[in-house]
Formats: sequence, structure tokens, C-alpha cells
Amino acid sequence: MSTVNEPTVVEPTIRELSVPGHRGPRLQPLDIPARGAEALLPGVAIRDRAPGLPEVSEPAAVRHFVNLSTLNHHIDKALYPLGSCTMKYNPKLNDEIARLPGFAGIHPLQPEESVPGALSVIGDLHEWLRTIMGMPGITTQPVAGAQCELTAILIARAYHAERGDVREEVIVPDSAHGTNPSTVSQVGYKVVTVKSGADGRIDLEAVRRAISPRTAAMMLTNPNTLGIFEKEVGTIAQWIHEAGALLYLDGANLNAMVGLANPGAMGFDFAHINLHKTFSTPHGGGGPGGGVLCVRADLEPYLPTPVLVRSESGYRWDFDRPRSVGRVHSYYGNFGILVRALAYLRSLGASGVAEVSREAILNANYLKARLQDAYQPSHEGPCMHEFVLSAVRQKARGVKALDVAKRLLDFGVHAPTTYFPLIVDEALMIEPTETESKASLDAFAEAMLAIDRESIEDPESVRRAPTRTPVRRLDEARAARQLVLTWQDLEAGGSGV
Amino acid sequence: MNVPKDLRYTKEHEWIRTHGGEVEVGITEYAQGELGDVIFVDLPAPGTKVEQMKAFGSIDAVKTVSDLFAPVSGEITAVNESLKDNPALVNQSPYEQGWMVKIRVAKDADAEGLLSADAYEKLLGATA
Repeated sequence: MSTVNEPTVVEPTIRELSVPGHRGPRLQPLDIPARGAEALLPGVAIRDRAPGLPEVSEPAAVRHFVNLSTLNHHIDKALYPLGSCTMKYNPKLNDEIARLPGFAGIHPLQPEESVPGALSVIGDLHEWLRTIMGMPGITTQPVAGAQCELTAILIARAYHAERGDVREEVIVPDSAHGTNPSTVSQVGYKVVTVKSGADGRIDLEAVRRAISPRTAAMMLTNPNTLGIFEKEVGTIAQWIHEAGALLYLDGANLNAMVGLANPGAMGFDFAHINLHKTFSTPHGGGGPGGGVLCVRADLEPYLPTPVLVRSESGYRWDFDRPRSVGRVHSYYGNFGILVRALAYLRSLGASGVAEVSREAILNANYLKARLQDAYQPSHEGPCMHEFVLSAVRQKARGVKALDVAKRLLDFGVHAPTTYFPLIVDEALMIEPTETESKASLDAFAEAMLAIDRESIEDPESVRRAPTRTPVRRLDEARAARQLVLTWQDLEAGGSGV
Repeated sequence: MNVPKDLRYTKEHEWIRTHGGEVEVGITEYAQGELGDVIFVDLPAPGTKVEQMKAFGSIDAVKTVSDLFAPVSGEITAVNESLKDNPALVNQSPYEQGWMVKIRVAKDADAEGLLSADAYEKLLGATA
């Protein structure tokens, strides 16, 4: 019987399945003279020895990967209420369209005259996103939200530098994602943290005190990471602009606002979108992602090179951008994700997009109402697309937020985000998204309520969880202390890194 | 909760043990329990000047990264090298083997202004 720290191996690695000589299709012998790699490739491209790939038959390979996919938790299997990550179901239609050979088979080095359709896809997507964000300047080159943040703060630095204005600080709320302060530090600015008030919104008085002639920009997430709308954003924007600074929207929580509220009209000067959250790209496996940075008109010259421009003959890339902050990613970003985003928008239409936001908000409020008697909510009142519960009552019974999260795995759902935002003790941050039915939301609520009862009747069973998953509770501390990230051929004395 | 009587404490859950003009610094049993399993402790090199209640290092646990605050102003004279290989000492022995740095105290008044064990226990009572 396995103990807590000894997970059962339920599927060997593909290398352990390797049998010398096993392979997929065996092709008929060549009917033309063979030419070796040496004759076809420059010497530098030829390895000294074979790479040691695993050798398996086709069915062995297929079964291996299908087995792995059933062991893992994913959104195609069940609810994934990971707050601030927007892990929603992504319609397969959009994957199908991205796989069309005309999209999937093109190369970024092709002459742009040969891919006018692909440029139109990017151009049409830009039009949709300009309207949604209420800002005229746009780039889809970054491939992550954090990369958009970095690009934006580099743009803020270029903007102030061009005006001969020395600025040193960027204001960040204490409920922000960690990427905000790290971005600020990367660019060389100092982080000025402002605290949240009792209602979970940013403390206006603290913002007023933090703003000074040294302020280069402020980064604000709206709705914030507690799932609460920052209703004083108009006032904050006015103060920031009076100080000559710029207001940035961290668009992580855009799933609550698309089609309902316009960031440009709120007074934001620039903002990012995570296409891999809201606009139909599956994520959670580490990528690829799609980042969009939108900016007000006078910040447009600083956007990364190249910028897509429309001319009489159609779209073309403009590389002549002397005031640009430079490239932030190779080529034109992750094109396949841009295709999915446009397909998503076109299939929903403008009214459908707004309906998505409304249902995301409704689902979150329904779950919050069902759970807030058992788990203490971070704040009273309605939420936007996500909400934060605190497991402080359960902790007093010996069951921490981490234990609740692990126990949820036994009920066949993914755990919510835990211990974030940092300003809530024992935080469980829940975002059901619009794609869950009432039955699915009820099943999640029942699981949470059952775990609350267990924390009273049998706390040990919660601390032991998970007990029904392919592997049991893992030693997360050891995994972080002794990082082994790749398979290593120990028998051959290999030391994969 | 173990709160040794011979130490002094900060409200950020660091402790100090005074040896003449030097103090040994670590985090309390309560702090290590709240953090959970510690995976890395980032400490400054000996010779670094630190300022009272300013961050002088950080501590990575499985669930979060927290700043370490200097209980007193002064200069780092020693760093607990064994935490590099075994950061779990902070969890296992927060008041002894899990000590983090030694600081040569610039002003004696800094240490005298810190919380007594009784006052720190009272603070924990209010927190828990």
C-alpha cells in the first residue's frame, strides 16, 4: 500500500516503454537511390550520434498518450475553477479553423504578398479588439500577459524619456498579480504599493498619497483579484493624468467585462488582453499564449516593430518605426491563437460576447451565494466573474486551504487558486467561468460543502487527501527543493538538465 | 505555541537572541507554521548594512514568498550557511538550527524597543 509521499506509478514514461527496433509504420524500400544526410545538410546540422529517441510501436505510443490524458485533469474532463486564470471550455470549432491548411501551413518568412488572408485575420482581430478595449493602437506580438506588461512599462519609460521627464515610480495595489511589481523592477522603476480598503477595493486616500511627480504609471487590475469592480477607476484616472502619469489596465480579469464595459472610456491609457484566457485558446500546459497590448493614440509610435497597417491594397507590416521600444517576440506573435480569437469573436458576435461576460458574472455570484455560509467570503456583496473565500473557519478545525484544495481533487474537480491574493488569509479564489451549467456548479458547491462537513467530523480525512487520484499527496517542498525537470538516462551516466 | 522567554520579537514574527554587541536573527515557530515548508532562504552577504524594519532578505515557501525584516539596524556579520542545503531547518528548529543571520547592532536602543515574549504572545493571541 502506498503512503502519502510515495505516489503509485500508473503510467511509465515513454522512454521506459522503449524497445529497440520497435517503430511505427515500416515504409517500402526506396525505389530511387538513397542519399545520406551528409549529402543533403551542411556539416554543422549533423549530430555526432543519434539522439536516443524512444522506440515504440504506433499503438504503444497512442495508448501511452491517451492514458496520460486520462490521468491528468483538464477542462475537457471537468470543472476547472482556477481563479484569475479563466480556465474555460474553448469551443472545438475555433481549433478546427486554426488547423485549416491555409493557416496552419504558412511560414512567417513567406513574402507578405503571399499571405494576404492571414494578414486580414490579424487586421480583423485588431478591429474587434480596438472596439472592445476602446483604444486605437494595438499589437498582437507579445505572447503572454506578463510580456504585455513589460512592453507597456517600457512604452511608459520611452514616453516620459521623450518628453525629457524623469520619473522613478510605478504604483501597484497590494492585491495585484506578482507580475506587476516584477515588471516594474525589470524596467528599472521602483514599486510603490498601495493597500486595499475594507471593502476590497483600492484605498483611494492611499492612491492619492502615492501619486507624485515621480509617478510614471499606475497598474490596476479591474475587476481586481478579489473579483470586485474598482468603481473609482474614473477618479484614479483623473488623478494619474493630472500628475502626467499613465494608467495601465492589467487585463487578467477581462472575462468579466468584454462587451459590457470599455477600458478606454474608464480612463485607461493602455491595457493588455490574455487571448489564452478569454478568447478561446486552451492554456494551463505552459503555452503557447497570446498577448495583446492596446494603447491610446499618442502611445502608438512606441509599439513593438512591426505594426500592421492598412493601405489601399490591403494590410502590410510597417517596419519603419523609429520610436518603437523594439521587438518583444519573434515574427508576429503566436498566429494560431490570433486565428482562434477571431473565430471565437465571429461565432459569438457582439451580443454573444457580452452575454458571455454576464453569464460568467452570474455563475460566480451563484456559487458565492451557495458557499458563503460555510466558507467566509473575503468581502460581502456581489462579485464579478470570480470571488475569494477564506478557509479560516476550517483552519481553526485543523484543515487549511491547501487541504480543501487537495480534497476537491477527490471529487473530480480541479482545485481553485489557493493562497492568492496574498491579502486574504487561507485564500481560495474561485472562478467558475460562463461555460459551466447549473448542474456542474451545483456539483462543485456540494463538494465544497461536503469538505466543510468533513472538516468538522473527520478533519484527518481532508488532511490525507487526495485519496482517489492516480497519485496521492505529493511532497511539494521536496519537488521545489530538488528540481529535476527532465528525464535522465542514469544507466548511461546521462545527466539531463 | 513555543515562544522562548529569553528572546525578543518583532511584529513581523522575527526573533533576536542577544550576545554582547551582536544579535542572532530568525523567524518564530508561528511564522514557520504559517509559511509551511520552506524551500529557499535568500540572505545578504556578510558585510551588508541593514536598517531596522527594512527587508534584508526573503524566504520562499511552497505557497508564498515573504520578506524578512531586520529587527535592528547594523551590519551582517554571519549567515547560516547550512540553510543553503537544508532550508527545512527553519521549519524543524526555528529558534536554534534555523537561525538566519547575525547582525552587529548599531544602536542598542533598537533591540530594547522590540517585543518581549509576553507581548509577542499577546500579539499572536490577537492574530489567531
